[in-house]
Amino acid sequence: MTDTRPPHGGTPTAPLISLTDLRLTLGRGAGTVDLVRGVSLDVPQGTTVAIVGESGSGKSLTALSMMGLLPPGVTVGGGDIVFDGTPMARLTEREWQPLRGRQLSMIFQDPLSALNPCIRVGDQIAEMFRLRAGLGRREARDRAVESMVEVGIPDAERRARSYPHEFSGGMRQRVMIAMALSLQPRLLIADEPTTALDVTVQAQIMRLLVARKQARGLTMILISHDLGVVSRSADSVVVMYAGRVVESGPSREVLTRPAHPYTVGLMRSVPDRRRPGAALEAIPGQPPDPRTVPSGCAFHPRCPMARDRCRTEVPALRPVGPARASACHFADEVVGDGANLPETNDASEVSGHA
Amino acid sequence: MPESTPVLRVKDLHVDYRLSGGLFSRGRRVRAVAGVDLVVPAGSTVGIVGESGCGKSTLARTIVGLLPAASGQVLLGDVDLATASRATRRRLRPDVQMVFQDPYASLNPWMTVRDLISEPWQIHPGIVPRERWDAEVDRLLELVGLRSSQRGLRPHQFSGGQRQRICIARALAVRPKVIVCDEAVSALDVSIRAQILNLLRDVQAETGVSYVFVSHDLGVVRHVADTVAVMYLGRFVEQGRTDEVFGAPAHPYTQALLSAAPAVDDWRHDRPEEIVLGGEVPSPLAPPSGCRFRTRCFKAQDRCAQIEPELTDRAAGHQVACHFAEADARYGIVG
Repeated sequence: MTDTRPPHGGTPTAPLISLTDLRLTLGRGAGTVDLVRGVSLDVPQGTTVAIVGESGSGKSLTALSMMGLLPPGVTVGGGDIVFDGTPMARLTEREWQPLRGRQLSMIFQDPLSALNPCIRVGDQIAEMFRLRAGLGRREARDRAVESMVEVGIPDAERRARSYPHEFSGGMRQRVMIAMALSLQPRLLIADEPTTALDVTVQAQIMRLLVARKQARGLTMILISHDLGVVSRSADSVVVMYAGRVVESGPSREVLTRPAHPYTVGLMRSVPDRRRPGAALEAIPGQPPDPRTVPSGCAFHPRCPMARDRCRTEVPALRPVGPARASACHFADEVVGDGANLPETNDASEVSGHA
Repeated sequence: MPESTPVLRVKDLHVDYRLSGGLFSRGRRVRAVAGVDLVVPAGSTVGIVGESGCGKSTLARTIVGLLPAASGQVLLGDVDLATASRATRRRLRPDVQMVFQDPYASLNPWMTVRDLISEPWQIHPGIVPRERWDAEVDRLLELVGLRSSQRGLRPHQFSGGQRQRICIARALAVRPKVIVCDEAVSALDVSIRAQILNLLRDVQAETGVSYVFVSHDLGVVRHVADTVAVMYLGRFVEQGRTDEVFGAPAHPYTQALLSAAPAVDDWRHDRPEEIVLGGEVPSPLAPPSGCRFRTRCFKAQDRCAQIEPELTDRAAGHQVACHFAEADARYGIVG
C-alpha cells in the first residue's frame, strides 16, 4: 500500500508533539478543579518519552488530552498541544477523528475493555482498513491477518476468526498494538501497556513495541508507574506529581542522579536488590487531593528537604544541566548530594557522555 | 527466631476446581494446585511467586481454609485442620489470617474502623475481653500507623494505603501465628507500597508473626521473603532460601522470570541478554505431559516430555524440579 501522507516536516530532532503550559480542568464555572496544572514537554521525533507518576499525578489525563479523548467534564483550561506544527488543544471532535489512528494512536492498560466483545478480532482490525483506509473487504481482511502476524500472533489466519474473550491478556494487547499501528500513525501513546500482564508476557510486549517502533520509525509516549520498564525502554523521562512536571531529562541520568526529591523518594521506595529486608525509605504521607493541593511546592509536606521557601513559593521547572530540568528550589543540592542513591559512584561514567 | 516445630506446614496439597460453565465441560475438574509442599517456620516470611493462573492464590486460599483441599494436608503446628474436630478448628482458626489485594473490597463500607477491628473478637470470644476492646483497637491502630482518633471513621474516609493498614490491623486482632498476604501491596502506588512493606516488617519484629507472601512482584518478594517458592501451573519448580534462589536461579523458568523483570538500574549490571519466553502458560485443564514448563522452555528435550522432574535438592535448602537444572548467578537479582 502507498503512503499518501506528506513527508515529515522539520528536522529529525524537532518535537513531533509538544505541550505548553497545559492545564486540564474539571467542571465549569465556580467549582472548577485543575487536575493538570501547567505541563510543558517536548517529544522529539523517533524517540520514546516516558511519563512517570503515581495515581492522581495527571499522567493518564495528559496522555488522553493528546488524543482528544478527555473524559466528560474535563476540558483544556489553558495552554496548548502542538502536533507537528498544528495546534490541537481546541479541535472539535470532528476535527480530531481523521487524526486518530493515522497521525496519533493509543493503546491502553486493559485491552479487553477496548475491544468489542461481539466482533471477531480479525474483523475489528479489518474494519480499520475498510473504514479508515478505504480498502475492500477482501483486501482489508488480508491486511488484518498480515498485521496480526507482524505483532507475533501465532496461527493468525485462524485466530482472526476468534472473539476477544478467546485471547489471553498478552494476545489481546498484541491485537491492540496491531490495530493501533494499522494506519501507520507517527505517534503511539502507550498508557500502562504492560501493567495488567504477567512478567514474562510484559517482556514480550515491551520487546514487540520497541521492535515495531524501530521498524516504523515511530515516536512513542510511554505512560508508566514502573521505573524498571521506563529505564529499559525510554530515551527520556518526565516525572509528574500532583498535576505538574517535577523533573525531566534523559532517563538514564534522571534514574541515576535524580534532581528532584520526589524522584529520589520514588526510587528509594523500590526495594534495593543489594539490601534485601532492610527498611525502605518510603515517602511519608500520600499524594494530595487535587482540590486541596498544598501551597508552594505541592510536594513540600512529604519532602525531607522542605524549608520555608518551599511552603510559599511554587518552584518553576528550570534547567539543571544538558536537557535536564527540575522543579525544586534546591535541585542543585539534590543532584549534588552524592549519597542520594546507592552506587552513585558509577553514575559519573553515565553522565560523562551526556 | 527459628523454632523446632514450624507454625504451618503444607504436605502434598492438591486443590481442584469443578467447572460449572460450558455444556460439555460441566463437572470436569481443573487441578489448580497439583502437589505442593511448604514449610513456614515461626517468625519467618515465605514468598510464593508465579504468574497469573499458576495456582498461587488458590494455594493461599486453601491455606487459610477458604477452599477445601482435594488431597494432602495443611498442618497448623501438628493439627490437620481438615480432619480436626469442630471445636479444635474453631479454636485454631484465628491462627491463620489473610490480607487481600484489594482493601476497597475487603472492608464493609458501613462499619467504622472500631467495629471492623473488633468484629473478630465477637466471632472468637476469649481473645480480648469486651471491656478491653477500645484500648486494644487503639493499640492496633497505633501499631499499623493510624491514629486512635480515626477509630470512628468508615473505610471510604481513608486512602488505599490506609485501608490496607486497617486490613492488617484486623488480621492482627486475633493474634495470628501466620498472615497470608495475597498480593497485599500490588494495588498500591510505589511510595505507599514501600510504607506498607515497612509496616509488615515492623509488625513481624514486634509480634513474631510469620507471613506467607504471595506476589507476582519479584523485587518485592526478594525484599521480604526468607525463603521462596516459584510456582508454575500448580507446582513448585524451584524452592529454597531467597538469596539462593534469586541469587543463582537454577530452573529455566526462574531464570526467565528474573531476567524478564525490569529493574531501575539494569544498565549498571553485567546482565546477560534477557530471556524472553515464547508462548504463554498452557491451560491447567490440559497440562503438558512430563515437565509442565517444557512447552515454553529453552532447554527442553525429549526426556522432558516423558518424565516429570521431581523437586530435588541441589544445595542445602535449594530444590529444583528440572532435568537440566544449572544454577546461574548471571540471572540472579541479589547483590
